[in-house]
Amino acid sequence: MVVTFPYLTVLVLVPAGGALAVALMGRVRREVHELVGIGVSLVTLGFAIALTVALHAGDPGYQFVSHHVWAASIGVSWYVGVDGISIFLVLLAAVLFPLALAGARARTDARSFVGWMLLLEAACIGSFVSLDLVLFFLFFELTLVPAYFLISGWGFERRAYAAVKFFVYTFFGSAFLLVGIVVIAFVHQNQTGVLTFALPVLEHTHLSSATGILLFLAFTAAFAVKAPLFPLHTWSPDAYAEAPAGGSIILAAVLAKLGTYGIIRFDLNLFPQASRTLAPLLLTMAVVGVLYGALVACAQSDLKRLVAYSSLAQVGFIALGTFALSTEGLVGGVLLMVNHGLVTAGFFLLIGWIYDRRKSWQVAELGGLQTPAPLLAAAFTVVMLASIGLPGLNGFVSEFLVLAGTFLTHRWWAVAATVGVIGAALYLLWAYQQAFHGRPRPAVAATRDLSWAERVVIAPLIVLIVLLGVYPKPVIDRITPAVDRLVAHVEQVTHVHQPVVATAPGARGSRP
Amino acid sequence: MLHIAYLMALLPLAGFAVLVVFGKRLGDPLAGWVGTVAVFGAFVVACIALGGLWNEPASARHFTENYFSWIAVGGLQVKVGLFLDPLSMTMCLFVTGVSALIHLYSIGYMKDDSEYSKFFIYLNLFVFSMVLLVLSDNLLVTFVGWEGVGLCSYFLIAFWHERDSAASAGKKAFVYNRIGDAGFLIAVFLIFSKLGTLDLPTIFAHRHALGGDATTAVALLLLLAATGKSAQIPLFNWLPDAMEGPTPVSALIHAATMVTAGVYLLCRMNSVLALTPDARWVVAVIGGVTAFVAATIASSQQDIKKVLAFSTVSQIGYMTLAVGTGAYIAAIFLMVAHAFYKALLFLGAGSIIHGLHDEQDLKRMGGLARVLPWTYGTFLAAWLAIAGIPPLAGFWAKGDVLSNVFRKSPVLWALGVVTAILTAYYMTRLFVLAFRGDQRWAHAVSGHAPEPPHECPWVMRVPLVVLAVASFAGGILDLPFVHTAGLSSWLGPVFSNSLFVDHEGAGLQSGLAVIDGVAAVIGLSVAWWAWRREWDRPALEPAFLQRVWYWDDFYDAIIGRPGQVLAKVAATTVDGRVIDGAVNGVATLVRKSASGVRRLQTGYVRNYALGIVLGLAAVVAFLLSRVWWS
Repeated sequence: MVVTFPYLTVLVLVPAGGALAVALMGRVRREVHELVGIGVSLVTLGFAIALTVALHAGDPGYQFVSHHVWAASIGVSWYVGVDGISIFLVLLAAVLFPLALAGARARTDARSFVGWMLLLEAACIGSFVSLDLVLFFLFFELTLVPAYFLISGWGFERRAYAAVKFFVYTFFGSAFLLVGIVVIAFVHQNQTGVLTFALPVLEHTHLSSATGILLFLAFTAAFAVKAPLFPLHTWSPDAYAEAPAGGSIILAAVLAKLGTYGIIRFDLNLFPQASRTLAPLLLTMAVVGVLYGALVACAQSDLKRLVAYSSLAQVGFIALGTFALSTEGLVGGVLLMVNHGLVTAGFFLLIGWIYDRRKSWQVAELGGLQTPAPLLAAAFTVVMLASIGLPGLNGFVSEFLVLAGTFLTHRWWAVAATVGVIGAALYLLWAYQQAFHGRPRPAVAATRDLSWAERVVIAPLIVLIVLLGVYPKPVIDRITPAVDRLVAHVEQVTHVHQPVVATAPGARGSRP
Repeated sequence: MLHIAYLMALLPLAGFAVLVVFGKRLGDPLAGWVGTVAVFGAFVVACIALGGLWNEPASARHFTENYFSWIAVGGLQVKVGLFLDPLSMTMCLFVTGVSALIHLYSIGYMKDDSEYSKFFIYLNLFVFSMVLLVLSDNLLVTFVGWEGVGLCSYFLIAFWHERDSAASAGKKAFVYNRIGDAGFLIAVFLIFSKLGTLDLPTIFAHRHALGGDATTAVALLLLLAATGKSAQIPLFNWLPDAMEGPTPVSALIHAATMVTAGVYLLCRMNSVLALTPDARWVVAVIGGVTAFVAATIASSQQDIKKVLAFSTVSQIGYMTLAVGTGAYIAAIFLMVAHAFYKALLFLGAGSIIHGLHDEQDLKRMGGLARVLPWTYGTFLAAWLAIAGIPPLAGFWAKGDVLSNVFRKSPVLWALGVVTAILTAYYMTRLFVLAFRGDQRWAHAVSGHAPEPPHECPWVMRVPLVVLAVASFAGGILDLPFVHTAGLSSWLGPVFSNSLFVDHEGAGLQSGLAVIDGVAAVIGLSVAWWAWRREWDRPALEPAFLQRVWYWDDFYDAIIGRPGQVLAKVAATTVDGRVIDGAVNGVATLVRKSASGVRRLQTGYVRNYALGIVLGLAAVVAFLLSRVWWS
């Protein structure tokens, strides 16, 4: 066997080691902590890029797999691997952490802040690459800790409330997940005599439809809270608004993806029949989320809360594409996870910088920012347009794939969600007008534009937003094989096939 | 020669890119010249491509080329490519041509604006998007251009964003267009789900596989899209607000080019429309009614640009009516003629506004004929052209539409003739109030005499003259008695299967033409008689018309305000009380029932968090120990 570089283990260990190193460092100037943090996260990014380059684009299975049995008697192993679905989430995390560390610095106690951030990065990447359910659960839970401390330690006025709410909410959901994991492993052991938590093995567990649905609900409870899906979202506006800018970025752009990723990776793989049966329920929750998120966003005058509700709508689109269970919908959903991450990170970075300058994110107190800060306004405009789903920017490609894919299998849900597309223009343009247009008051007129450092931080996001809008092919080509495999798995179990137009022309011949 | 066609899109895009990077440094007027040269280049390329296409035999005048794969997932294969045929060629010619003239005009008009280079950035991006919309061979890429022009329209309407009304108008335009776009998107999904492709030539070839209901649905959804972009009922009322933008923008985007995109889309999809007579009736009625309603409103507006805006809505209504009738060539003919004279009218209005130091109220104009001779002379041609006085372009183009409609529906034809009378009326009213009578601008302003108006510089005059010639002589593109040599034979193959051909006798044709001419003369004379001496006649300007049939108030009452209330209720009551209330209720319940384990519950989540860390550490330690043990 060819020994390959253990990319995934390294990707988890580098930020984890960085966190430890920062924690053990003596009293040095805060800039040193920050530079170490940025350096470590850049090294991680380097490995993530190398991993992406090394990935075989056409291979639908898990790659770079490391499998070390930890505890044979209880079936737990260090079992990691990536496919076309998870690799871009790893890459997303690796891109966003250095930007968050550089663009949204802590006001106090840089050492702890950087330490928690790096630990969070390790836990996020660990969750995305875990193929063992217990390992996944450990990482999934581990993310809670740094996230909690980031909110409660560096947050704003109501940080204590927001942090507790976030923690209890998600903890509650994960309790179900833990039970679900244990149960499916035991069911599998009963059937085969083998105790294991390895996802690729458990995929073949035979579940009665009732068991399947119960287990699906247990898993989905945790993921739907994390994502968040309507109506389990009310922790998110508080958490996103009260967290420091860096925390908001990671929370909304990376951490929340654990929910939607979990649904795709675990729900669809382990419970295809239940996913199919309950799809109308989840699709309805998704569409309600899209419309309700847009509606509530229209009533927000606080930029951070507005982005939180807009995220609710976007996550609704991700869930929509997922439970459409068509190739287009799922590829769109996975792509939207990446795109939403980039766009939301852009939003929270820019809003953080606005706060640095004006000490407010109430639109009424900003008014006329475009005149003194044209570059800030331009960057905000690009991010906003990507979020609205303007073609040529990244959001459109994924949103279109989601809607087109949903239309193939669940026409009326897609039509309802398309109406939600109007909503985004409504609330974002309203907010933009309030915050950026108009004649600036004297206090606002003195606002300084983006510094060089800030331009360097926002530039990669803008470039990616445009690039993924104009030429998403390299990403799509890597996601598609993994999604094809997943769709085939679901179809094989449920004996329900997606419409013929959804499949590539070459593959149509083999269809019954 | 056709292989360079992509440059029509690429040159404006290059201009955009150069200006984004260097625009500020190039400054006034160099940035303007860069933008103008890029678009003139595109026009030259269009002329060369026209030569190439012309040399082909009529049946072989189409050319497709693919550049790269944009989105490819499963059965969905979207490639970026161009589709050049007489229809898209005609569009490209007048889009790039009129755009080039308006770029030139803007060099003068936007002089000394603090955001000079930004204006040309948006303008070049607009031309790129418009050409993309027109040339694309894939419905989804057409949508990219469709959204692109809408975006530029938003930027340019809100260009003077420090003015609240401008910022609001930009937003309104975007949102109204977005409603139409939802229709476009659903049509795209429907076509893809039925045919498995979005490639235009393939859609045309397999259109019969759509099935009856889906065809009607697609046509109506595309109509919805068109009503947004082309400002037709029920989504027309963003266009008058769009006049907040700089006047060259009104001329280019909100009169000559972008707002015709909806009509173009329907013409492009003519072979699908041909399969659904029901939907075509809806198209025709929407067009006819919009033409009439907008013309009544135009007859009582005071703002010179608002008159022209409603006039644009009305004229596009004629085009939509023609499309619904199946008279696609007449629609395109009117579109081109309208582009000439409406651009000219706006540029003339801009020249007046420029000369009068930003005065737009017709009631404070008057007697401008002597002080603005160039503007006056060119405006005269545009006025007579749109009023439908023979032998100017408007007479032929509008006549072509109406004679086709007559055969299809005498009722709609009669509505069209009434609209023609109204058109001559409101244009004459505008002309008389602006150029004839007292020089009201001279004594209107508070106490001190204003500066006398000044005629515009040459960069603004050249486009005026060129467009005046085109408005005068544009009719030769498709004279009724030589259909074999004009636009009809050129565009004929594009519409071959779906074109409505009227086989009127020469006598009936001439009769209808006489009626058109008489209608124009009636409207013109009435307005001349009514407004020549008096400039203040409230009886002729009822509030119902001034307030746009209370259309905005109506939308506000049934959608705007209820929507705001709903959003407030959702945000405070549903999210705050119902959902969060349930969550907090569960939390309270748990706390109460768990009183037995209260000692564990220190109330600090921090402890739980640390508990997780310690727990995880214990688990990891246990696992590691197992690894070493075994």
